[in-house]
Amino acid sequence: MVETDVKIVYKRPAGFTDRVTHYCPGCTHGVAHRLIAEVLEEMGELNNTIGVAPVGCAVFAYNYFNFDFVEAAHGRAPAMATGIKRTLPSKTLFTYQGDGDLASMGMGEIVAAAARGEQITVIFINNTNYGMTGGQMAPTTLPGQKTSSSPLGRDVETQGYPIRTAELLATLDGASFVARRSLHDARSIRMAKRALRTAFEVQKHGLGFSMVELLSICPTNWGLNTEDSRKWLAEHMLPYYPVGDFKVSTAVSEMKIGGN
Amino acid sequence: MALELIKGNIAVAEAAIRAGLVSYFGYPITPQTELLEHLSARMPELGRGFVQAESELGAINMVYGAACTGLRTMTSSSSPGVSLMQEGISYLAGTELPAVIVDVVRGGPGLGNIAPSQSDYTQMVHGGGHGEYHVIVLAPASVQEAVDLTGLAFDIAEKYRMVVCLLLDGFLGQMMEPVVLPEFQPVRTIPPAWGVGSPDSKERVVLTSINIDPPSQEKFNVKMMTRWQEIEANEVRFKSYYLEDAEYVVIGYGTAGRIALSAVRAAREQGHKIGLLRPITLAPFPTKAVDELAARVKGFLVVEMSNGQMLDDVNAIVAKRAPVDFYGRMGGVVPYPDEIANAISELINGDHDPNADARGKWLAYMRKLVGMGE
Amino acid sequence: MQAEIIISGFGGQGTLYAGQVLAYAAMDEGKYVTWIPSYGPEMRGGTANCTVVISDDEIGSPTALHPTAVIAMNLPSLDKYEPMVKPGGYLIVNEDMVNRASTRDDIHVLMVPASKIAQEIGNERAANMVLLGTLEGNMHLLKEGALERALEAHTAARLKKFISMNIEALHRGAEYQAD
Repeated sequence: MVETDVKIVYKRPAGFTDRVTHYCPGCTHGVAHRLIAEVLEEMGELNNTIGVAPVGCAVFAYNYFNFDFVEAAHGRAPAMATGIKRTLPSKTLFTYQGDGDLASMGMGEIVAAAARGEQITVIFINNTNYGMTGGQMAPTTLPGQKTSSSPLGRDVETQGYPIRTAELLATLDGASFVARRSLHDARSIRMAKRALRTAFEVQKHGLGFSMVELLSICPTNWGLNTEDSRKWLAEHMLPYYPVGDFKVSTAVSEMKIGGN
Repeated sequence: MALELIKGNIAVAEAAIRAGLVSYFGYPITPQTELLEHLSARMPELGRGFVQAESELGAINMVYGAACTGLRTMTSSSSPGVSLMQEGISYLAGTELPAVIVDVVRGGPGLGNIAPSQSDYTQMVHGGGHGEYHVIVLAPASVQEAVDLTGLAFDIAEKYRMVVCLLLDGFLGQMMEPVVLPEFQPVRTIPPAWGVGSPDSKERVVLTSINIDPPSQEKFNVKMMTRWQEIEANEVRFKSYYLEDAEYVVIGYGTAGRIALSAVRAAREQGHKIGLLRPITLAPFPTKAVDELAARVKGFLVVEMSNGQMLDDVNAIVAKRAPVDFYGRMGGVVPYPDEIANAISELINGDHDPNADARGKWLAYMRKLVGMGE
Repeated sequence: MQAEIIISGFGGQGTLYAGQVLAYAAMDEGKYVTWIPSYGPEMRGGTANCTVVISDDEIGSPTALHPTAVIAMNLPSLDKYEPMVKPGGYLIVNEDMVNRASTRDDIHVLMVPASKIAQEIGNERAANMVLLGTLEGNMHLLKEGALERALEAHTAARLKKFISMNIEALHRGAEYQAD
């Protein structure tokens, strides 16, 4: 036998089941899932976490994570997470929501949960359209952007303006950590993971509501290949939805995050 | 066992606490608000969960989350708020979750008013949400009964993993009566094996109302319908008054039922053989009891604080074997016993035609009463 | 035995409280009792009222179209409830708050200067207790002293100082007897 020096540098996270996801090729949902699973594993929280799945492309997220999960009605994930958290306060709760779910249908629930300083973590996927139902206009659709329900491009005169969710929630005193990151390149993905870690640590430390908005690509509905989708995100989304920390409460800024 | 004089709303809230309520989520709406207010003080003081939600939608979805733990949770509202909650009720049913919903019914439709009504019968008994599902509906007629049924609601919600609705009206919510409150039950804070966050589950717990494969949804629905059969066999409750020798029977529930009792007593004093059947469970309905009566009595009078929502169910059971008269008040108007006594006289002295259009006759009477002429 | 009593007046005259004292007393005597405040449209038109039903048997209706007794603490209440009192029943009126006598001759009418008496005792707000005293002093719905015992047993700690005044008001009211 030939001796080989094997070093594992990449493996399926322990927080995943064996299921293959249903997401489209190139979609960044898989990346976002993976970051969450890695962070929870690194924090030793896999056995203490309950996830809340949305209505949208991630409706079957509970099939891919290897811990307790519930499935919310459209937009109501923050309310459902509130119900669980107030009943089982020692559990780590997160919702995973898209832009139709969180910023349209569930705007009431997300604002109220943030304002209450609910001790939950929200992961918000912004890909500027309704993916599951076939690419209709979302609250996050950019001005002029063509979708299946804004075929001539979003006309702000009649269809209004996009919502910058992170900036909006950051205005609320109850929100302790609100950040936006992007998933369009490796460096951004590493930054996104760090933000997710901070968000979950905020909850672990009982410091209040945390939310990370993740700019994502939707090659299928955008009608672009993966590479062009990444470029489109960088060219069109980043100027409108800048990455950054929009709310870091004093307590969060003083928080010490344990070593990996 | 000390008697206390308490309002229905507060009695239900306190009974829920004593039944081991772990978390409550609600939104203020008259005439239910005192229930929420009472719990806003009591739940935190006992170290239990309380959230005044952003809306009834928020509240019912918090209940949905809390119910996923399998621990005792509830919400309360009144008609317009309950309409909003129907979304969550369907999801709770579709996920086989136990939860208690108190509906202190008020006059409608729309914003209507804050006066007592029974016009939520249809939306609770026959399902206001989407899909095939049932909710167990309990209708107390006194503050003590409301207290007793609150404890029962949690027990059977858990037993069958179903939503149980306690259907009150503004009258019962505001009325004070002497009650004996139950003893405090131990509060269970560890989720059962099927609940999320349970230390006892063998594998991870996923709770969802999705059955993307139609045959699997159908199978689930068959399972739930079978469970409902079991509930129909085991959980029917009603109270009967003077039915042994009754030739005529009044059927009414809740406040309308107890007001009818006064009219029935007055009629008996005049020598009429009349009884009262007061359903306590509206779902499951006391079908067998009504069916047996239909085979032997000369006529029925259904009394409701609505346009005859229960009347349809009674008609389906009686199936024209006897005349079924109807007397209802709507929009938050509460009938006096004297009005029901008149309706009883009309039934007894009427032509006993089982094919008569009882609702049409009543509506003609109502048009006159409200000044709309013929 | 069943009695239905409506107590009606302006908001702030203590009509709901008087009804509760009566309900507590009935409860302590082992009676069935219901207390229900006015509702809906009845809340308008200058009256705040409650209905108390006291019975030896399970109570059906907690309201009555023709109550056994009415306590009217102002003119709108007199106008509204005078015609409703059951024949042979009692109409007890705060004489100081109305400008007319009753026109009914088939019921017991008691005109009581309740506000004046309450002032003499030291607090005009005790007029409700004066009238409640008249009611019980004539109808004898409960055992002797039941209202006094209810006041002793169920008055909140911060209001205990008013108990003796309220008991005196009950006694002064009971001095008014129907012919």
